[in-house]
Order: sequence, then structure tokens, then C-alpha cells
Amino acid sequence: MVNGLMGKKLGMIQVFDESRSLVPVTVVEVGPCGVVQIKEKNHDGYGAIQIGFQEVPERKMTKPQVGHLKKAGERRWRNLREFRSTGNAELGALITVDLFAKGDQVNVQGVSKGKGFQGVMKRHNYAGGPATHGSMFHRAPGAIGQCSYPSRVFKNKALPGQMGSKRITVKGLRIFDVRSEENILLVSGSIPGPVGGMVIVRKAG
Amino acid sequence: MNQLERLEQSFATEPVPFFEIGDTVRVKVRVVEARASGKKKTQEEEKERIQVFEGLVIGRKGRSYSETFTVRKISFGVGVERIFPVHSPNLAGIEVVRKGKVRRAKLYYIRDKKGKAAKISEREFSRAPKTHKGTTATEVEELPSDDTNSSEASD
Repeated sequence: MVNGLMGKKLGMIQVFDESRSLVPVTVVEVGPCGVVQIKEKNHDGYGAIQIGFQEVPERKMTKPQVGHLKKAGERRWRNLREFRSTGNAELGALITVDLFAKGDQVNVQGVSKGKGFQGVMKRHNYAGGPATHGSMFHRAPGAIGQCSYPSRVFKNKALPGQMGSKRITVKGLRIFDVRSEENILLVSGSIPGPVGGMVIVRKAG
Repeated sequence: MNQLERLEQSFATEPVPFFEIGDTVRVKVRVVEARASGKKKTQEEEKERIQVFEGLVIGRKGRSYSETFTVRKISFGVGVERIFPVHSPNLAGIEVVRKGKVRRAKLYYIRDKKGKAAKISEREFSRAPKTHKGTTATEVEELPSDDTNSSEASD
């Protein structure tokens, strides 16, 4: 078996929890994921289980992709990822959302929404300058260092650049509910990425 | 209806009584009473009672499972507004006391009026559509009257 699964973010809703307060939860369609390849230490150099998510018709695949997936049965998967092995797995077996239980803690990984090239105020929460009263300093970063020493800008200085579209992991989210008949996981709080984006849900710890 | 809306609806198990903007309602709120200081608070000692908030519904906001409504009343000369989620398990019931005749979806103008100007005339016929999923107000389960906090609603 594996320690996590792939899923698709469906969106967020509000529900009442046990203490009767309205809490935000994210709906994630998780699995079923098929075991595609089992990597072994003495053969591949490390142990892992490769699983596939989201079935697609074979005509949408390239021949090399079909060749790889053929070894694990008839199903053709769009996304393939490797997960750490937590026990024996059979080639071609399906892993469902039942891997998780209500109340479990999970880490959710996804690619955050892209914001494009952004300035320092949006990207790094710089304060910026006054908008009016003759101010000629509005959204620029201002000074970025000292003078003859160090005569350079320090590495990792927060400056404008690409924001978002980055792999983000949100840790320690609680599973609010598991709907195994619909392959749906309700995760408390928000997770990275747009609606419809692929995420990886792993057991925490 | 998409998958997300269906999922949201699956949480709404209990039907919500029918009420409209401009109606005067009695909202029964479950309140967990805190014990007097000095005593240790345990699960068994937590006591629940029903508190009634009676006032005018001045708006409904949101949709589906996360819909809320605002109730306004004048308490000791001060306007008080409370916002309740329609599907909240904290609500023990919503009772329509009086139906109001209004032509607006939000009665925010009432906040600036007082006395007779803030009055809403009564409506005689219910506009409740036949297709409405909720029950009518009279079908709501009556609670024992000794549980209700009548002093809250008497002014």
C-alpha cells in the first residue's frame, strides 16, 4: 500500500462541525488510483509504488505510455506519481479513498494559482509609499541594500518576479469526512491550486 | 445542480420552516450554559437551554446550505441585529409570528426609521410556493414553554 493518493480539487463548501460551528472544507475527489509499477530496492535502487489517477481512453495516449501501462492491466491513467511504499501492493490493484479515515491528519500538495509577474507589494507584502500628497514613491521596493560594503545585493532579497504556479504543501489538515461511494474526501480548510487542479493527499507524520 | 451543490445539500437533513423577508419570527437558539466559577466544567455538567430571539427578518443572504438571515429587534430602545445560518444545528426552530407586507428583498432602511415609520403592515395571504421543500411554520415542533427564556423576547 501507499501513504497517499492523487486527487482533483472540486471546490470549497461550508458545513457545520460537531461543535455546531460553520467551518470551511475543501471537496477533493480522491482516487481510485491503480498501482502501475512497483519499484524495488535491488532492481531500481529505491523502493516506491507508482500509481495512476484519472482514466483516459487509449486513443489519447502515446504508444510508449500504453506500453508502460500495459504491464499493470487494462486501465489507462492520465497522471502517474510515485509514492512511498507502506506495505505490499499488487500490480493493477485499485486503491480507493478508504485509505483515509475521518479525523486523520493529511498534508496536501498542489500547484498554486499563477499570479504572473508581480511587484513587491503583492508578492512580499511590502508597505509601499503614500498614494497622494505629492508623493512620488508608490509601489517600488525602495532601497535593496547598503553601500560600498557589501557592494552587492544579498541573495534571497525579496524583489518582484513570478508569483504563484509553485508547488505548495499545506500540512496538518484534518479530514472532515470520507464519502467512499463518491470517492470524495472533505478536508478542513483550503488547499493550493485552482478548482479542477490535481493535488496529492498524503497522510501526515 | 453540480456535484458540489449535491454534496452540500446532503448535509441539509432537516427541513427549514418557510419564512420571508418582513416576517416577524421567533428564533429558538440552543445555548450551552457555562457553569458558575469554582465548579469544574465537565461534559455532563454542560446544560443546554433554549433562548428566544424575536424580531423582524430584514434580509436573507447566501444560498443553499450556507444561507443566513438577519433578524432585527429593538431591545431597551437599542436596535439589535443577529445573523443566523438557516441550517444551523444551533437553531431549535423558527416560528413565524406575523407575516409582513414588503416590496423589498433587504429591509435595511428600517434601521434609520423609528416608531410608526419602522412598522411593517401585515400580509394576509401567504406567498409560500407549492414547490417549497421546507415545512410551514405551524409544522415546526413545539418546545416546552418552561425552557424558553421569555424575558428576552418580551420587550
